[in-house]
Amino acid sequence: MLIGHQPKDFLLAVSGLTVSFDGFKAVNDLSFYVEENEIRVIIGPNGAGKTTVLDLICGKTRATSGSIQFRGKELTKMRENEIVQTGVGRKFQTPSVFEDLTVFENLEISFPRGRTVFGSLTFQRDQLVKDRVEEVAEMIFLKDKLNTYADELSHGQKQWLEIGMLLIQDPDLLMLDEPVAGMSVSERAKTAELLNRIIKNRSVLVIEHDMKFVEDIAHKVTVLHQGQILSEGTMEKVKNDPKVIEVYLGH
Amino acid sequence: MIINSRFFNRSELMGFIALAAVLFVILPLTLDVFRLNLVAKYLTYAFVAIGLVLCWGYGGILSLGQGVFFGLGGYCMAMFLKLEASSVENTKIQSTPGIPDFMDWNQITALPFFWQPFHSLTFTILAIIMVPGLFALIIGTAMFKRRVGGTYFAIITQAVAAILTILIVGQQGYTGGINGMTDLRTLKGWDIRPDHAKIILYFVEVVLLFACIGIAQFIRLTKLGRILVAMREQEDRVRFSGYSVANFKIFAFCMAAVFAAIGGAMFALNVGFMSPSFVGIVPSIEMVIYTAVGGRMSIFGAVWGAILVNFAKTSLSESFPQLWLFGLGALFIAVVLAFPNGLSGLWADYVQPRIDRLFASHKPKAGWTDNSVADGAPAE
Repeated sequence: MLIGHQPKDFLLAVSGLTVSFDGFKAVNDLSFYVEENEIRVIIGPNGAGKTTVLDLICGKTRATSGSIQFRGKELTKMRENEIVQTGVGRKFQTPSVFEDLTVFENLEISFPRGRTVFGSLTFQRDQLVKDRVEEVAEMIFLKDKLNTYADELSHGQKQWLEIGMLLIQDPDLLMLDEPVAGMSVSERAKTAELLNRIIKNRSVLVIEHDMKFVEDIAHKVTVLHQGQILSEGTMEKVKNDPKVIEVYLGH
Repeated sequence: MIINSRFFNRSELMGFIALAAVLFVILPLTLDVFRLNLVAKYLTYAFVAIGLVLCWGYGGILSLGQGVFFGLGGYCMAMFLKLEASSVENTKIQSTPGIPDFMDWNQITALPFFWQPFHSLTFTILAIIMVPGLFALIIGTAMFKRRVGGTYFAIITQAVAAILTILIVGQQGYTGGINGMTDLRTLKGWDIRPDHAKIILYFVEVVLLFACIGIAQFIRLTKLGRILVAMREQEDRVRFSGYSVANFKIFAFCMAAVFAAIGGAMFALNVGFMSPSFVGIVPSIEMVIYTAVGGRMSIFGAVWGAILVNFAKTSLSESFPQLWLFGLGALFIAVVLAFPNGLSGLWADYVQPRIDRLFASHKPKAGWTDNSVADGAPAE
């Protein structure tokens, strides 16, 4: 147990988190802690509750009980957009970008300014916005596609665009759900490079099945199984945990 | 030639000029007053259609209850006009002179309190905007904050339309019941019934219509317009980009309500009466059909849709009254199945490319609906 730690050191403190869907406990009394600038990867078999954990943190799903503290603020009581404004960004498993808008417009919408109705009516596309959009577009390899509609992008490019949309929000905690799923080998390598660049100065929570990728980026790994933590620690430790080998890595 | 103004791109500018030419010059010069007044009636629905472009086309919120707001606006205007028409001299044969005739017929002996402020034109004009706006705010807040959307929302708006109709019909003494408010005569002493008044009212309406087109176009071009499009496609992504999706939906719904209400008020002025038959389910659905036929992504398309479908309605229902509803239904099915972007989509696919070829110096752009949205992006 982690009782000895001082909670204030943690960026994210999840404790006793439980969510029950009609009696089925998708996440059951889960506790884990993420430090500043830590890259945490959550792995586990299908149905282990990985995506549900991210849904709970970002407010998409409401917790039945337990607490999620982000920088000392209780997230379980906040609305999704407030959680985003506190500094938590979330990327979904399937790329969710605005296909009827251009890459530029997609990124611009995520720019953290003018988020109210009247703020967005009076929003001006000034130099600051343009510069930031171009800067991010360059990072996500889409600089020459700024005026392309997002529905013309490839699957991998859409994933990058969504990562870029999070990046422009500049969150303190970035949550990525299977960022390299469905990508080609070369796209995968580029994404790893991209992630390595964007994780500086922030904490990242990643769900991923690609073990090679996990080894490349993880500081610490949490293995979930049936809504509970099966094992936690460095990749080295987790890989050699007999329980983990039995339920997950052995396959 | 003025081209590439920031507010309208070239095809929109042409649409603007064409519509302005038709409404300001061609129709007034070629039609007699009776027909021009019919066009004025059709145009009242164009206000509703513009609102639906924002709310449904852009925001993806299908409201099948726009008749409610059209009706609220229309009734506010009609109440003012009815009070003016019910002066003591005009109504001295009634048992209670000075109140509207239908109240007297229903044994009401004093003007109800909520009718009192409608003696003031300023109050009436404010009420035309505020009453439907607030009502939409209440419905929108109740629905969108609870994440009621899509079909459920559409059904609830239908229910609201049905309820309001029943209420108006049932409260005959206060509303004029099924007959509505008829025999509207003067606006601040100015008779709205003669031909020259009809012509002036027509032009007032067209000016208001262009003001609404301008407001809708402005909203479309701001970031809010792009958020509406984004929300229609990926609501969660908008939410997790830090926006309160409900507030944006409420805004779009309220704007659509206010536009519809202005249309309703102009209806009362131009047509000279208001009745519950413009509030209920069927007229509300018809309003959606005008928008769909014209093109729900195009502000100008929606205006044309309202004019053309109503024109077809008038001419067809004069000759084949029973067939009109079938025709309308068939038209809606055809639009949904064959040309989902309506007339403006057909125009953009078949006519616009030919025009673009004439202006060969200008490269045609990729998407037709989002041209203006792309315009603002920085040039590489």
